Amino acid sequence: MDPVPFPFDPAAFFAALPAGHGRRLGIRYDSHGPDWCQLVLPWREDLVGDPARGVIASGPIVALLDMATSVAVWMKRGGFLPHATLDLRVDYLRPAAPGREVVGRGECYRVTRSVAFVRGIAHDGDAADPVAHVAGTFMFTGVPA
Amino acid sequence: MTLPPYADLLGITLETAPEGLGEGAPVLAMPFGGDVIGRPGFVHGGALAGLLEMAAIVALKHALEGEARAGTRIKPINVTVDFMRGGREKVTRAQGIVSRLGTRIANVETIAWQDDRERPVAAARLNFLLADS
Repeated sequence: MDPVPFPFDPAAFFAALPAGHGRRLGIRYDSHGPDWCQLVLPWREDLVGDPARGVIASGPIVALLDMATSVAVWMKRGGFLPHATLDLRVDYLRPAAPGREVVGRGECYRVTRSVAFVRGIAHDGDAADPVAHVAGTFMFTGVPA
Repeated sequence: MTLPPYADLLGITLETAPEGLGEGAPVLAMPFGGDVIGRPGFVHGGALAGLLEMAAIVALKHALEGEARAGTRIKPINVTVDFMRGGREKVTRAQGIVSRLGTRIANVETIAWQDDRERPVAAARLNFLLADS
């Protein structure tokens, strides 16, 4: 029997996000749809990876896209079900502009019995000029392969 | 070697490579704590990815210093992260290996582990663009 998803509201989830890495980075909810979710990573001094230029490190952008694509899987599956990130590939298309917040949009474009396929982008104001592109997979835990 | 503010956020410190681990880039250690938690009891995948990327950058700077190219600017092109096991409530270590150091491109592999290096929690491959500063 297929597992039953637990109702999931991403806005409420991020509003009540417990202390942890996501909250430490300041990641917040922006918007979502039936198979996508958009989150925002604020620019902060302590996220900088290149102090000489004030460019945000690439790690927080991976965290942002990991979370946005993870929520996209829950949207696609109709609610929360346990899963684990299997892999993520992030292409850094250009540095994010210093001082600008970064928007991360994740989409789940395919779900099988045990794997979800995701993709998405991060941008700093113009979605047509992204700073990063992501492709990845999540594996469903607690279900037989 | 000085680490950027983001490494401080993750609580990363540098250790010298244990004996027998190649010519060894420094090993990075990231303690478990509130700033790196994902779901309860586990390290956030984003924090693991951040640690792996930082280990790659440290290994690359280490290799560039070895070739007297310490002034070279490094720009990440991409990263591919494999998550293999959940990271539990303990220190996570990571080390990078520069598999090729060219004039314009560097390829770096990194692994992260907890108790046993032979049982990695995550691994990553990264490509960097190298530019004269």
